[in-house]
Amino acid sequence: MDQGPAFADAPHQSVTFEDGLGLDCGRRLASLTVAYRTYGTLDAAKGNAILICHALTGDQYVAETHPLTGKPGWWANLVGPGLVVDTDRYFVVCANVLGGCMGSTGPRSPHEERPTEPWGTDFPAVTIQDMVRAQNRLVEWLGIARLFAVIGGSMGGMQALAWAALYPEKVFACVPVAAAAYHSAQNIAFHEIGRQAIAADPFFYSGRYWAEGVNPSRGLAVARMTAHITYVSEAALTRKFGRRLQNATDLTLLGDRFEVESYLEHQGSSFVRRFDANSYLTITRAMDLFDLAAEHEGRLAGAFEGTRTRFLLVSFSSDWLFPTAQSRAIARALNHVAANVSFLEVISDKGHDAFLLDEPDFHKTLKGFLAGCARHVGLA
Amino acid sequence: MRAACGARVNRPARVQFVAKNMRVDLALIAGMVGADSRVLDIGCGDGTLIDFLARTKNCDARGIEIDMAEVTEAVTRGLPVMQGDADADLVNYPDGAFDYVVLSRTLQAVEKPREVLRQMLRIGTHAIVSFPNFGHWSLRLQLLTRGRMPMTKTWGRMWYETPNIHPCTIKDFFALCGVDGYRVERWYAADEEGAKTPWRRSVMLANWFGEQGLFLLRKV
Repeated sequence: MDQGPAFADAPHQSVTFEDGLGLDCGRRLASLTVAYRTYGTLDAAKGNAILICHALTGDQYVAETHPLTGKPGWWANLVGPGLVVDTDRYFVVCANVLGGCMGSTGPRSPHEERPTEPWGTDFPAVTIQDMVRAQNRLVEWLGIARLFAVIGGSMGGMQALAWAALYPEKVFACVPVAAAAYHSAQNIAFHEIGRQAIAADPFFYSGRYWAEGVNPSRGLAVARMTAHITYVSEAALTRKFGRRLQNATDLTLLGDRFEVESYLEHQGSSFVRRFDANSYLTITRAMDLFDLAAEHEGRLAGAFEGTRTRFLLVSFSSDWLFPTAQSRAIARALNHVAANVSFLEVISDKGHDAFLLDEPDFHKTLKGFLAGCARHVGLA
Repeated sequence: MRAACGARVNRPARVQFVAKNMRVDLALIAGMVGADSRVLDIGCGDGTLIDFLARTKNCDARGIEIDMAEVTEAVTRGLPVMQGDADADLVNYPDGAFDYVVLSRTLQAVEKPREVLRQMLRIGTHAIVSFPNFGHWSLRLQLLTRGRMPMTKTWGRMWYETPNIHPCTIKDFFALCGVDGYRVERWYAADEEGAKTPWRRSVMLANWFGEQGLFLLRKV
């Protein structure tokens, strides 16, 4: 794998707030840029806005060809004209998270004290809640007083939950998919392997790889490979690859490989062309720090006291990264405050990644849930 | 194996609860629920009752259902339903969260019926409970003459595979209400379809001839 620069930058649509943003860590960003995309049309009453929150390695290009990779949007099977999140009907907003590398303020942004350099590892630690506060600035700037819905999977689901907890009056419906109210020890452990792989890459240069004109591609790829295993189920890997060999009938040479190995290699190498290592460190840390119950003496229900938001929680049966038990715990916490909650475990063998794939039961329930909410709120 | 039994067994979607058809009780139960009230339907199936209550009585009606296919169906219809069950999930709701908590033809199938009732009347002001009456004359007659567990349209599965692990009679249920201090505000003994409700004057007659019992309870 080459050690060239991470990726060519592309211009991203964004808005900059010169008054900055106070962070959970106590520091304040002097200036905040939020890169975002919108789809569809905001209605006159500004009542049809849906915010989509992306996962760890996602970005704002949810429903269109990605400007860097040329690949379809990461939720293009769900968001678009006539689809489940129908952009003919709803105004869809998706923002690159704070700490990301697709145009929002993050480790690649200019350092506040040394503007000729990027922040790099000096970028302050951010939280999921910080990401949500940054999104809230965008939503306010767009003139949206209340979001019809906030939808997200995985880390996006964490943001959706944080939205409902931080701004209950601004979220009519909340859909955390394959999510959790806290990052488990196992989740943190896998992230740490990824971070260690990045840190161990000789091209990492303590996070100052940009100064050397190189990129810790190998470490970042290994991080991605490890993470990718956690996104799929054993059954899915077996179905896709089994023990098949790549271009060989026998493992005779050291170079002969199993198909699953070359698949992971591909996952790793394509990832490094679109992701910044320091962003990966920042965002995985934000996920690790997430524990919604922590601010409420460990009682998750406390985060949703008095909520009037309608919730749809969806989990996938073979997801071992954000297992059903996590979603059920959220559902039960919401029961504690008598919230309006629908909860569904979709039977799937595709693991955590199922939320991104064509899962008919997930898609039809989300569609029905949104339609029910639209009826209730009087959206035509 | 008898034909009637075989017909039941061929319906896997109904494995959890025998002979559960929301429509048979719907009109009777809906008649007990006040307008604009908060309702929780436990074992709500595809959500027919809560849909009906939301549309016709402006209720804030929600459901719990154990069968994932039914939950999917209900949520797809835009109804607030969560996957869960009576034994495990009622404990999570706060006191007095609902005006009515409904358990339709499911009491006999739960792990701990007494505890489920207690939870229902903790989280709700009223409980509406219906169950198939094991005291019906045809069951008594079958047990008397054949000496085997009765098989009817309602009690259609063999003892070793029936989900109805806690059968009771209408008289049994009155007794439990007495012991646990629940006031029976209204009650019916109905036929299988829930269409006819004679025998209101006599518990004894109801217990002989009612195929199902339907109760509106409140804590004393």
